[in-house]
Amino acid sequence: MSEASGAGSGPGPLPSAAGSPGSSSTGSSAVRDKGWTAALRGRLDGRLPLEEVLPTRQPAFVGSWVYVFGVVTIAALVWVLVSGCVLAFMGSAWWHTSNLGHFFNSIHFWSVQMFFIFMVLHLWGQYWGAGWRDGRAKTWMVGVVLFLVSIVTAFTGYLIQQNFDSQWIAVNAKDAINATGLGGFFNVLNFGQMYGIHVMLFPIALTLLVVLHIVQVRSRGVVRPIGDPYAPASGESVSRGAPR
Amino acid sequence: MNSPAPYLHWGFILISLPNLLLIAVMVLLFVVALIAPFPHNAAKHRDDDNE
Repeated sequence: MSEASGAGSGPGPLPSAAGSPGSSSTGSSAVRDKGWTAALRGRLDGRLPLEEVLPTRQPAFVGSWVYVFGVVTIAALVWVLVSGCVLAFMGSAWWHTSNLGHFFNSIHFWSVQMFFIFMVLHLWGQYWGAGWRDGRAKTWMVGVVLFLVSIVTAFTGYLIQQNFDSQWIAVNAKDAINATGLGGFFNVLNFGQMYGIHVMLFPIALTLLVVLHIVQVRSRGVVRPIGDPYAPASGESVSRGAPR
Repeated sequence: MNSPAPYLHWGFILISLPNLLLIAVMVLLFVVALIAPFPHNAAKHRDDDNE
């Protein structure tokens, strides 16, 4: 806390410098380094220092098309989210009846196709390269959850097209989901429920999971290739930002 | 475009021709990704050599 924000200079961000009862004028730095916020900050900084969030140098094995697939997946997701926002603002009458609506509807649909195609290619690459090695199991599992959430999100998207296709899918899916016992909680014939899930709940969950997935990848780095002759014998597994 | 896609049927496998073609293209793209050289920054490598 700076000395400039004394009493009478307006409401400061921290009360200690204003001489509030119980505050100490000598231990302000010690006070700042305690508490759950400081503990969380220290933990985050230990896992992923700020200067390594956006690296300028990477290990040589990051130069692989397999990782381009992951990046293209994120790019497709951006297109899905942007076109989805436009569709949500304009509504189903617009996307079914106007040329511009058809265009954005198609952008949304084909972006989803690209999203799934490149997500599966990225998945194949991580599966055959055993991307969960060396302490990266959580990264792999978040990727699996992302895949499953994406499927449900796409499914709810099919249900809210507002055409005969979506009605046919919904009626058939209703039978299937009733058979699982989830029909009372997840009613695919309820347009409002499916619309809310598709445009709000799952996109937010997906975006947060993608951010978590990227932070996980950055915090441990990309897994070394199987049989890497340059792998250190000491068992060092973190490879973020380390040029080779 | 506005008619059902042709389906292929072998035993218990039933798949539409567009889906089969898409899977084939994805497998091809994956194989190409494994064997195609990844472009590297030649200038960057020269810098590394000089270090």
